Amino acid sequence: MADTASISCKDLTYSYTGGFGPALSGVSFEAGQGEYLGVVGPNGGGKSTLVRLLNGLLAADSGRVRVAGFDPATEPFEVRRRAGVLFQNPDNGLVAPFVEDDVAFGLENLGVERAEMRGRVGEAIRAVGLSGYERREPHTLSGGEKQRVALAGLLAVGPEVLLLDEPTAMLDPPGRREVLERVRGLRRSRTVLHVTHHLEELFDADRVLVLNGGRLVADAPPEELFSDADLLRENRLVLPTVPRLAVDLGLPFCRTPEELADAVEKRSRDNSGVEAR
Amino acid sequence: MTAVRGVGQFYPVASPLHALDPRAKVVATALLVVGLFFVDSAAGFVVAGSATALLVGASRVPLRAFLGLLRPVAFIVALTFFFQVFFLREGPTLFGWGFVEVHEGGLEMGLLLAARLLILVTTAGLLTATTAPVALADGIEDLLSPLKRLRFPAHEVAMMMTIALRFIPTLGEEAQKISRAQAARGADFTSGGLLARARALVPILVPLTIGAFRRADELAEAMESRGYRGGHGRVRYRELRFRARDALALLLTILVVLAAVLL
Ligand SMILES: Nc1ncnc2c1ncn2[C@@H]1O[C@H](COP(=O)(O)OP(=O)(O)O)[C@@H](O)[C@H]1O
Ligand SMILES: [Mg+2]
Repeated sequence: MADTASISCKDLTYSYTGGFGPALSGVSFEAGQGEYLGVVGPNGGGKSTLVRLLNGLLAADSGRVRVAGFDPATEPFEVRRRAGVLFQNPDNGLVAPFVEDDVAFGLENLGVERAEMRGRVGEAIRAVGLSGYERREPHTLSGGEKQRVALAGLLAVGPEVLLLDEPTAMLDPPGRREVLERVRGLRRSRTVLHVTHHLEELFDADRVLVLNGGRLVADAPPEELFSDADLLRENRLVLPTVPRLAVDLGLPFCRTPEELADAVEKRSRDNSGVEAR
Repeated sequence: MTAVRGVGQFYPVASPLHALDPRAKVVATALLVVGLFFVDSAAGFVVAGSATALLVGASRVPLRAFLGLLRPVAFIVALTFFFQVFFLREGPTLFGWGFVEVHEGGLEMGLLLAARLLILVTTAGLLTATTAPVALADGIEDLLSPLKRLRFPAHEVAMMMTIALRFIPTLGEEAQKISRAQAARGADFTSGGLLARARALVPILVPLTIGAFRRADELAEAMESRGYRGGHGRVRYRELRFRARDALALLLTILVVLAAVLL
């Protein structure tokens, strides 16, 4: 029944021609409709390769992929109208000299009727909070704004799945916040696969996958993954200060200083109970 | 928010010229440019020149935008002019000054050639200043589309134009960034002979070119992932409409060109 899932991969293997060994080997996982999956791992772990395979930009050497019910290798266009990719560099994803025309690009390719296109473009621009930017030229926008334009271009097509390949890696903190806020707003209404180096962006993900050396080394909820000190170290994953402190103290996963304070207090209460021997 | 506008770029104001169908404007410009090569009388240039001046006025594009456009060609215009004036020895002598002689034929030819160049550049500038890049690309695609049957890649040419227009400012910014970085390390782009200056540009051009290839790669991937597969089955976001006023504009252009050529 894999086809009820939005994304399903079974034993996915891929090697680049001229690459050293497989970039992905034997990767299997599933994402149900509306699930929010994080993907982390060291550089060269195979995260971008996975995204390319899911969108039909590459075809797997072996294994089975389905995205929104279609095989991206044989029916890339069916997949692409149902799964959008947000890439890392916001400068190189925009095609048209005006915001409005860029947001329309995917719809133009799909051959959507012009009247409907107008409505959907306007709606998508509104959804990312860029009303009034229709006639702006991409090079006059901030990184966060460009990335939101790119997101609007995906949303206009109305995809079931969003594949985000480190969309905040090149942004400054305010830009990151802008983009994350818009992405969070899409939770549940789309299936999201979010590749990132910032673990805190995945604290409320449903599950997080860890890719290292082309292998899927973990697939677990963030609380579990981010409190496993060995796993974090082996995969060179660095938590922000608060949860890292919690892990180092052997406490359960904490997102905020408040949670950490509570956990510390709870521990000392428990300990004092035990120590009253 | 006023972005810096480069020479010959689109100038977004509302004017009767801006409102015309880009296809009409491209055809009219082509007619004027080709027609100019057949104009050979002073009266003809007066007609063509005043028509161009009227259009510049009607475009509501500030004059300095056109002056900026003319500055780089001013040298060529001056050179052409003086070459004709001093070396074409036809007709009665206007004045002689040792071995320097200016003949009527030379002066006339110099003026005509200078006028032709100035009108040519202004006309081309009018087209790009009053037509949004996307509209220009769409218009050219439509005009070239009959050639599709001869396997001419009309859509691809238009798409290339659009992308070039989109990335020129981005690459310009990158070039500036790199040259600032190089200058901070002591590179000098402003002194020395032509050769020394050209050599100083190498450390800018190399990273810029490599960067452009990386961009092209990523852009191609982004376009593909957004379902791009060439012009087939594509619907353009913007609709071009050929209206009565476009027909009128073309008719007027034809009349002006005919008058200028025949006079
Ligand atoms: N175009 C390519 N050609 C050859 N090898 C590549 C190419 N892209 C990536 N690789 C290799 O594939 C592996 C996985 O890369 P990638 O999926 O980009 O990792 P990540 O996105 O996790 O950093 C790396 O070893 C990388 O060097
Ligand atoms: Mg990557």
